[in-house]
Amino acid sequence: MKLKGWKELTPGVVILEAGNAAEFKTGSWRAFKPIWIEENCIQCLFCWLYCPDMAIKVKDGKRAEYDYDYCKGCGICALECPGKKGQKAIVMVEEGK
Amino acid sequence: MARVVAVTGNEAVAEALRQTNPDVCAAYPITPATELMQRFAAFVSNGQVDTELILVESEHSAMSACIGAAAGGGRVATATSSQGLALMWEMLFIASGMRLPIVMPIVNRSLSAPINIHGDHSDAMGARDSGWIQLWSENGQEAYDNTIQAFRIAEHMDIRLPAMVCMDGFIISHSIERVEYLEDNEVRNFVGEYKTLNPLLDIDNPKSYGPLILTDLYHEYKRAQHEVMTRVKGVVLNVAEEFEKISGRRYGLFEAYRLDDAEIALVILNSAAGTSKDVIDEFRERGIKTGLLKPRLFRPFPYEEIADALKHLKAICVLDRADSFGGYGPLFAEVSSALFQVRERPKMINKIYGLGGRDFLPHHAEQVLSELVDITKTNKVRIVKEYIGVRE
Repeated sequence: MKLKGWKELTPGVVILEAGNAAEFKTGSWRAFKPIWIEENCIQCLFCWLYCPDMAIKVKDGKRAEYDYDYCKGCGICALECPGKKGQKAIVMVEEGK
Repeated sequence: MARVVAVTGNEAVAEALRQTNPDVCAAYPITPATELMQRFAAFVSNGQVDTELILVESEHSAMSACIGAAAGGGRVATATSSQGLALMWEMLFIASGMRLPIVMPIVNRSLSAPINIHGDHSDAMGARDSGWIQLWSENGQEAYDNTIQAFRIAEHMDIRLPAMVCMDGFIISHSIERVEYLEDNEVRNFVGEYKTLNPLLDIDNPKSYGPLILTDLYHEYKRAQHEVMTRVKGVVLNVAEEFEKISGRRYGLFEAYRLDDAEIALVILNSAAGTSKDVIDEFRERGIKTGLLKPRLFRPFPYEEIADALKHLKAICVLDRADSFGGYGPLFAEVSSALFQVRERPKMINKIYGLGGRDFLPHHAEQVLSELVDITKTNKVRIVKEYIGVRE
C-alpha cells in the first residue's frame, strides 16, 4: 500500500469512511496460531462467540476454518473450547514451528 | 452605532462571547477568569444566548467537553487562567491536532508555586507550543476586539485551529476602562453562521475522530499542522481589515509605536505596553528617537515581519512577563530568532519584569530605555538577561 504524503491527509486526522476496520489486517501480530481439529468439535460455537476479532468463520450455522488475517493469536478460543471427551478442538501452536 | 461603556476587561470579553453566541461553552471557574464566565453564565440563565453551558468538575474536563462539542459540530468557547490552563495542557494538543476551532480567552495569571493569583504571562507562554493560535491584548478594547476576530480566524475553512485571546489578569480583567461595543447585529454578521467541517453529529456520514497514528503517518500529520499555521498570518490580516470596516479600529500582526525612525525600542506584550508608550513619548520630547513594538499574534510568530520592523534599530530591549528558568524569556527567544536571520541587527537585551503581578511602572521603562541609550553610545551589552523591579 502506498502511504499518503502530508498534503493528502484529512484535516484533524478524521477518518471519513465508516466500517473500514476490515482493511486493517492484524494477523501478522500473531506469535501463537490456533489450529482447529474438526473431529473434536461439538459445534458449540463458543470460539465464535468469544473471539474478540472476526477470525472465526461460521458457514450454514457450523464452525468453519479460521480467517487468519484477523487472528492475533490471543488464545481465548482455545481456552474456552470444551472439546469432546477431554480432547480440545482448538490447540495453540507456536508460529514458525 | 457603537455603544461606549465603562467595563472591566472580563465584562468586555463576556459581552463579545454573548454577541458571538457560541453553541456550547464548558467552563470551570478560576481567578481571575471567574468573573468572565460568571457574567457569561448570567447571559445563559437570562436567555440572552442560545449557548448550552456545561458546568464541569475541572478545566481538564472543560477542555475535553469543548473538544467533544467542537467535533460534534458546534461553535465552542471557554475561558481560563493559570493553573486551569495548566490542567488543560494535554487536551490543548488534542484540540489543535483535531483542528477544532475552539475560542478561549486567557486571563493571564502566574503559575504556582508559590501560589499567586495575579497577572503574568507564565500560563499562556507555557501553552505556546500547543498548536493554538495566540492573540495578545493590551486593554479591554483589544481583548473584546480580538475575541470577536478570533472566531473568524479559528473557524476560517483554511485554518480550523483553536485560538487563545490573552489579556492581563486583574490589571485588565478587573479594571474598568472605556470600551466601544459593536452592535449585536454587526458582530453576528461579522462572525457569520457557524460552518461545520466533518461534524460527528452528521449521522448520515459516520466518521471517526482520534485514531491511533504511529510511525507511518504521525510525522506527516504534524507537517500538515505546521503548514496550516503558516496560513494564519494572512487570515489574521484579512480578518483585521474587515474588522476595521465595522469598527474603525485597525489591527495587524503587531503594533508599531513611533518605530519607523526610532534608534532604540522596547518589545513588550499586553498592558505594560500602554505604560511604556507614555515613557516613549517623554523620551521623544527629549529628542531621543524611541519606539515600541507590541506583538499581537504570538502564535504563529511573524518572524519576517517583526525582523523587518526592528532591523533598522541600534538597540532593543525585549521585556518578558514570564521566565524560562535557565533560558531567556520566551518573547526574547522569538525576537532574537527573528533578527538572527538579518545581516545588520540591533544589540539586544532581555528584562524579566512583573512576575506574579508586580507592578510595571513608568520608571522601569525609563530605566530600560536609559540602558539602551548607553548601549548605543558604548556598543556594549553589560548583561543579556536580567530581572528588573526586583529587590536585592
